[in-house]
Amino acid sequence: MGVLALSDLAIAYGGETVVHGLSLDVSEGELLSLLGPSGAGKTTILKAVAGLLPPARGDIRIDGRTVRGLPPEKRSAVMVFQNPLLFPFMNVAQNIGFGLRMQGVAPDEARRRIRDILELTRLSGLEGRRVNEISGGQQQRVALARALVLKPSILLLDEPLSNLDANLRQQMRDLIQDIQSETRVTTLLVTHDQSEALMISHRIGLLLSGRLRQVGTPKDLYHRPVDRDVAEFFGGCNFFTGRIRQGVFGCELGSFPAPGISANGQHLTATIRPEDILIGADSDYPISGRVRRASFEGAATRLWVDCDAVSLVVLTPRSDLAPGRPVRLRLPVEKIRIFPPKKESASADVNQPSP
Amino acid sequence: MKRQLFGGVVAAAVLLPFVPLGLWAFSHRWYFPQVLPEQWGLRAWGYVFGTAGTQLTDALVQSVLVATATAALSVAGGVPAGRALGLYHFRGKDLLSMVLMLPILVPALCVAMGLHLWMLKLGIAASFVGVVLIHLTACLPYAVFVMWGVFSNYNLEFEHQARSLGASSVQVAFQVMIPLTFPGIVVAALFSFLLSWSQYLSTLIIGGGKVVTLPILLFALMGSGDRPVAAAVSIVFVIPALAALAASARYLGSRRMMGTW
Repeated sequence: MGVLALSDLAIAYGGETVVHGLSLDVSEGELLSLLGPSGAGKTTILKAVAGLLPPARGDIRIDGRTVRGLPPEKRSAVMVFQNPLLFPFMNVAQNIGFGLRMQGVAPDEARRRIRDILELTRLSGLEGRRVNEISGGQQQRVALARALVLKPSILLLDEPLSNLDANLRQQMRDLIQDIQSETRVTTLLVTHDQSEALMISHRIGLLLSGRLRQVGTPKDLYHRPVDRDVAEFFGGCNFFTGRIRQGVFGCELGSFPAPGISANGQHLTATIRPEDILIGADSDYPISGRVRRASFEGAATRLWVDCDAVSLVVLTPRSDLAPGRPVRLRLPVEKIRIFPPKKESASADVNQPSP
Repeated sequence: MKRQLFGGVVAAAVLLPFVPLGLWAFSHRWYFPQVLPEQWGLRAWGYVFGTAGTQLTDALVQSVLVATATAALSVAGGVPAGRALGLYHFRGKDLLSMVLMLPILVPALCVAMGLHLWMLKLGIAASFVGVVLIHLTACLPYAVFVMWGVFSNYNLEFEHQARSLGASSVQVAFQVMIPLTFPGIVVAALFSFLLSWSQYLSTLIIGGGKVVTLPILLFALMGSGDRPVAAAVSIVFVIPALAALAASARYLGSRRMMGTW
């Protein structure tokens, strides 16, 4: 079991409402990331689910039952904090066994479960160590093991990778993914790192200034953002406005068929990701421009291209285009994303008519 | 090398004052121009353990009981008070810290004389309870201050983590908070114990000669002008205090006290 449902949740912290009207369902066995900049109220949501912070409004249901008024120890949602918070007066095995001891699990049973979880989190052999004798990555894994050993319905992970350096971060990410798919524990994870969220999650909920802006698969959020803010959060930087006439989106960069959009005559904003813009030479590339700035990023080069009316950012594998060079560009119509008008929430892909 | 030298100097500074005490305690005849006693002997110890033996044992037991009770109550009050002061902001916190300082600032004589009247009315003057209470006026503020310091560096998230792992609030207090602050608790207890151990004036006023602790007996014996005996009693007086210090030495030092271990 492990189904989490948040409905119309509002959370106040220090006299200020930091989370507004949040509704979100996490289904069984799913790993959902709450993504958002620091201070977006992500951690407070985890604390509310864990029972450490009472919500100002709304309901939290775990496995179909409301947990309103239930103290943290009575909820089957276990939170792993950003810091490992290992008890310094206990060794590794005692730390992992803490929750079992609190629940009064028989010592034999507890020993067996601790041994299993040590193996799962690749900590075997460290059980007798003091917690200040192990590395930061190992401490993080002990903190994870300490929660997993309780077999919670819902696992809450608060920025589990942010205290680790790049190398360890990848290992830990792989480990979380492996463990999650092996144990199928329903996981709500919080992160501010979009690439981390894209890599690890089944679904992502993007939280901007306390509001849930879009929920969907990583590909949904990356390729089909619902609005400009979501696109910007994922590094989108090319925005242009135009008008729909008879199913065609007309803007400074040309006319693009937009069959799915009914908003006739309205001004709409569209975007295209920098890596989707193609550079060429012939007449298939109708937009001409001049490179203003080039920044070599290793695998790709980022170009700022001034066109007649607008300026576009292009990410290209070509590294030979120096500032001042004239270039010709093409915007593949299937890659253009026109944001639906504000009132409608329907998705509006150029080539994928909304149902 | 440098560390050893430093340690040696500290040890010498602590132990050197005990040298004349030891010399006096084991001397038989020692008059002015002589650097060392002319005649060594165990007369003082014979008196301390023989003639005054039962008196001394009674006083020792009384002192240990009073100091232990005072230390226990200081900690029992100091932990919750220090936690409130260290973790939470509330109105009147500055005023409260000044009130806590008062028993330290106001001469012990005034405190004891003033409270003596109340204790007489309540019928606890000249009793064990009265003496413990008057010792608490001096010891409790120290315990509160020590625990205040400990809790201002305390990470409440440990408790949140424990709750989320299934610990009830009572379990959190005993299985997480006390172990985390244990070094600080030991220091607070030690301070209180030593402070109570060396109380003379307040014990004399409130105890009224009925509660005879070691300092009361010590002053009485010193008054007789018998230096070897006074020295021997002093050594008996100091040993339990040193033992308490030695037992808690591994918890001393700021790093340990701040709960970081």
